This record gives sequence, C-alpha cells and structure tokens, in this order.
Amino acid sequence: MATKGKHRVAVVGIGQTKHDSARNDVSLAGLVREAASRALEDAGMTWSDIDAVVIGKAPDFFEGVMMPELYLAEALGATGKPMLRVHTAGSVGGSTAIVASSLVQGGIHERVLTVAFEKQSESEAMWALSLPIPFQPPLVAGAGGYFAPYIRSYMARSKAPSHIGSLVALKDRQNGLKNPYAHLHEPDITLESIQESMMLWDPIRYAETCPSSDGACAMVLVGEKTADAHSKQPAWVHGTAMRSEPGFFAGRDQVNPRGGQDCSSDVYKQAGITNPRKEIDCAEIYVPFSWFEPMWMENLHFADEGAGWKMTEEGATSMTGDLPVNCSGGVLCSNPIGASGMLRFAESAMQVRAQAGEHQVDGARLALGHAYGGASQFYSMWIVGADKP
Amino acid sequence: MRDVAVVSFAQSEHARALPGVNEVEMLMPVIGQVRDQIGLDKSRVGFTCSGSTDYLAGQAFSFVMTLDGIGAWPPISESHVEMDAAWALYEAWVKLQMGEIDVAMVYGYSKTSPGDLPDVLTRQLDPYCYAPLWPDSVSLAALQAQALLDTGSTSEREWAEIASRSRASAKNNPNAQLKGDFDPDVILADEYLVAPLRKHDCPPITDGAAAIILAADDTARELSKRPAWIRGLEHRIDAQSLGVRDLVNVKSLQLAGSAAGVSTGKIDFAELHAPFTYQEVLAKRALGLGADVQINPSGGALAANPMMAAGLVRIGEAADRIMAGEGDRAVATATQGACMQQNLVCVLEGE
Repeated sequence: MATKGKHRVAVVGIGQTKHDSARNDVSLAGLVREAASRALEDAGMTWSDIDAVVIGKAPDFFEGVMMPELYLAEALGATGKPMLRVHTAGSVGGSTAIVASSLVQGGIHERVLTVAFEKQSESEAMWALSLPIPFQPPLVAGAGGYFAPYIRSYMARSKAPSHIGSLVALKDRQNGLKNPYAHLHEPDITLESIQESMMLWDPIRYAETCPSSDGACAMVLVGEKTADAHSKQPAWVHGTAMRSEPGFFAGRDQVNPRGGQDCSSDVYKQAGITNPRKEIDCAEIYVPFSWFEPMWMENLHFADEGAGWKMTEEGATSMTGDLPVNCSGGVLCSNPIGASGMLRFAESAMQVRAQAGEHQVDGARLALGHAYGGASQFYSMWIVGADKP
Repeated sequence: MRDVAVVSFAQSEHARALPGVNEVEMLMPVIGQVRDQIGLDKSRVGFTCSGSTDYLAGQAFSFVMTLDGIGAWPPISESHVEMDAAWALYEAWVKLQMGEIDVAMVYGYSKTSPGDLPDVLTRQLDPYCYAPLWPDSVSLAALQAQALLDTGSTSEREWAEIASRSRASAKNNPNAQLKGDFDPDVILADEYLVAPLRKHDCPPITDGAAAIILAADDTARELSKRPAWIRGLEHRIDAQSLGVRDLVNVKSLQLAGSAAGVSTGKIDFAELHAPFTYQEVLAKRALGLGADVQINPSGGALAANPMMAAGLVRIGEAADRIMAGEGDRAVATATQGACMQQNLVCVLEGE
C-alpha cells in the first residue's frame, strides 16, 4: 500500500547497450544515448516526454571527465530540465535508480529517465580501484586483491569446498550466453577450464572475476497513472532501500556486513516479504567475484549463515533452481562498473515484465535487484513485481 | 507537498588553504556543530546526503572517507551526489517528501588548495572538443562577462561596486575568507586578470565545508523556534556548449526561479551563488529581483567560495537569517558548471 505522501512508481522502459571491452564506435555521449534511446523506445516515449534525468556512474577518473553529466546533459535531452548526478561507489547504478524512483514516489515528477554508465576502456580501472588500505602496506592491486581476504575468511568460516567459486563462474558464464547484450560470450567454458585458469588473487582465479566493460543502462520510471495507461506490463516497485557503513573498524564483519543485512530486511519489509527464498522468484545480485554469490545468499537472508554455498552446489541458484540468480550472466559477464548496479535493477524488472528473452524465468512475478560497493559497505536494493504493490 | 524546513546550519572557517587538516578533519567539527546546536542525536537522522567531487580530492571514491566522520554505525540510509551539496539537499528534500522520515542531514566540502582549480575545472568540459584546449574557468567566465558588457546594460564599475559591497558585508561574517573595505575607484584601476575581468571580479579559491539539518512538519517546529520553511526548490540545467547558449540570459536559472515561485511574493533578501561579480547581475535578472532586495548579506561567493559547498552555504546563510527573524522571505541559489550551466533555486520563508 502506498503510504501518505508516497506515490506508486513503475518501470515502463528499459534499455542497455551491447557491453564490450572497448566500445570504440561510440563517444561517452553516444554510449549513454544508445541505452537511453532504447529505454525510451521500450516506453513508447520521446525525449520531450521526460520530466527529469537522474544519471549515475562510479569515479570520474575512469573516463577522465569531471562531473561528466554537465557535458552529457544535451545528449540526454536534459537541457531546460532538472538533472541529478549520483555517485555511491559500486552501488551507484542501484542508488541512481532509487533516487529516480523517489522523484516519482515523492510526487515531484511523473516521468523520469535514469541512466548509468561506465566507459572503462578510457582508463585502467584496475589501478583506479587499487586504493590504499589504512595501516597496511600498499599491496593491493585491483578490487580482487581487496576482496580476496574477505573470501578466504568466508571459506574458513563456512567450510565451503574450494570448487564453489568455479561453479558460480560456470553458471553465470553459461547464463550470459543467453543474453545478447553480455560482454563475455564463452561457449566453450567448462568447469575444468575455469579451474585451470590463472590464479590472480588466491583464491580468485582469472575465470572467476568480472571483465572490465564499456556499457550503459537506462530506465524510464513513471507514476501510477502513466503506468496504468501503458500498453506493456510495468514492473512495479515494491520497495527500495540503501545502507552505508564505514569500511574499517574493529569488530566489523566484512564477510556478512550488517549494512547488507539491514538493507535487505528493510526492502523485504516494504514489499511484505517474510520468506524471501520462497516468495522471490529470481534475483539479480552484484557478484563481481564468483564467491560473492554464496556470501550474498547469506547476507540477503536466502540461506542461513554458513549455508549459502550449499545453494550454489545444489543448483538452487541456476536457471532451473528454486531461486535463479543472475540469469543475465550478471557482473561476471559484463561489468561497466557505474552501470552494473542499474543493470541488476533493470534485469530484475525485465524478469517481472517477461521481457528477458532466452534468460527469462518462467512465471517470474517478484524479483530482487541488488548492488553493493566500496569495501562491501554501500548497499542499494529494490524489489519489483508484476502486480501493483 | 510536505512542509520541510532548514532547522540548523553550520560551516567551517573558509580559507585559501587549510593545510593542517584533511577533508574528514575539516568536516567533522561542522557535523558536530550542526547536530549539537539543536541538541539532535544522530540516531534521529533518517537520511544523510552529501556533495563532493573526486577531482578536487584527487582520489577515486573520496566521499567514502567522510562516512567515518559522520559515524555511520549502525549502518545508515545514505547517498552522495557528485555535485554542489545544494543538490544533496534537494535529494534529501525529495526523501522527506516520501513521508517515511522526519529528519535529514546534508553536507558538502572540498579542499581546492592542493591543486590548480581553474585548470582542474577544464576537466568538466566536453572531452573531445573543449577539454583538450584547457580553457580555464576564469577565461570562460570572461567570455560570458564580455558578452554581457557588449549589451551595454552593465559596466565594469557596477561589477567593482558589487565586489566592494560583498567584501564589506563579509566583515560581519566570521567564516568569510575575503573581507574588508575596497574602494571601487581604487580596484577599478587594477589591471585585467582576463579582460574584462579584474582580480576583484573573481571568487577566492577556498577550502571549506558546510552542513544543514532538514526536518519536516512538527519535527521542524520542535527543533527550531522559527524554522526556515522551504517553499520552493527547483533546479535546471542548460547545455554545456557555449555556442548553443544565450550567455546573457541564464535560461536554467530563469526556469528554476519561475518554477520555485520566486516572484509570487516579496523577497526580503537573496543569497545568490554568483562566484563572479557580473554573475550577480545575470542572477538578479534571471530571478527578476528588484533594487529593493538586499543581495548577499553574508558576502556571498565573492567572500568565500568552497567548491561543492558554496551553494549549500547560500541556503544555510539565508536560513540562518530567517531563523533569526531578520527577514520573512528569502531566495538562495546554487550554480555549477562553466558560465552558470546548472542552477538551483530555493525559496525560504519564516512562519
């Protein structure tokens, strides 16, 4: 039920680019416009139908353009309109969609275009992500170096067998073959080839990491009146939540952070969900390194603590399991960082709109979109459904 | 619309350089003050939003540092815009409109002293056609200033008087960076920095931080004897390319001012984010402010211009005067981007 002051909001348009290691065929403006044009086309709208634009991306250093929305305003048809730029680390794609939703939910606007992008081929993202850790020698090379200790800690705590990470990578890469927009299409991948791939950051192997991608994602979010008049199935937003916590302090649990637990509890409560494993039909979650699937299964209350890896091993998270996870191939197949969170949100909406094509989960009515960032310290999530909340 | 008000405002000392502190250390006393001066426990803050930019901090994900400063534990509902914190205030205001929280905190900050600001700002421009030429922010402003001068509707003397008035007003502002008595005749004799702009036409380069607490309905009345109610809050963006803009009519500011209802009642005073003297002329015209409106009693951005916070400071300065009963209706603005590309307008009223 919409509470006083809070209006219903739904997704009626979704667009994304073909993601690739280097989209040399388009400028930054061309990249965001490709996604936004597709979202408008899906919504049956034109640029002039849009009231406001909300754009998000991760650090500006990745493309070498400071506050690039100033330059992109024209390409996104925002001139003369309100335009907001969000940056909340890796969770930004999700946060951006949530800010756009809140403009409708707060009764400010009726039709909002939201866009997220990253063009990582403009720089070397791995080094941009090699931030110093306080009180430690500067040994981190890339986000994988940062997260490998979290994963080792998870393996030690949960007693998960070492092949779980490879199973996730195999599943997501095979799912990615069904997604024409995915960056990585590796039809010949096998469990053996993953396990034989180079060890990058023990225990993370090359084939268990996300690629570095150029890509963008866009959505059109509208109020109830517009959604009701729309010819296609809308994805109704049943709940949105964000949480942040400091990255470093004694006693913080980096493996199963409280921020993610609180955020998911909040979003389930808003959507009236009491048993997420049973009630949610599929999930698109932010898994940049394969081991984060079992870790997030626990953090998101789909599995008891220490039991997330069993869901992976039993195939529960596969397309034919009881909770298909990352049917699009997820971040392991495409990672334009600033857009990756919005892609999770958009893919969850595509599922409940039954527009996911070959990677559609039959009869999906309720789906989770999830993104995280920083030192596993920023979270954004939404629940979307085929039915009105 | 739900009634939302500014109930507390705090800012750091603003200075050309605060070399002894990093961004977090600069911000922390401001966060403490904005909460403590109204006796607000941090557990009552339902949403936090900040504005800052990695390019001035010289580090990717620089805003992550300040989470430690604000004490984000237990985990908080929080967001960040890579914009002046006036737009963070906008995001927080939207959150309050949803009716699920009653109190929000907003902050913004930057230390520009470690770099060369006019050069850094060239990185905001179109990376294919403009940025490779490194046109600095003062030179771009000079193009706009010359276009305005060519209309014959203003003069370099008027600009010198704006500089003189602003820095004299700042004498009453303990946080201001550049203040004192400057005789327009004397400063007009200075050489051009970039014609037609002289040094006094330009803002100082500033390190600084600011924070605001917003509250809704009765919570605002509980936290402040006289809340500064937000009666209009709108923002718009223009194209970046100078070639497609009418540089002497700031359309985005006109649209935002009109939508925010600036002209629907008498304005007692205005806090205009006009970093260059001539931009005050443009802003007054875009908002339709008459000669009776007092402009920038704080000294404005010509007295202190902390990037990513200066727009929020305008709203805070205006709110402080409303809360103190020094006026009943005020307008505050924020601007960012070359030649006032993007603008926000906030109309504040006492009860």
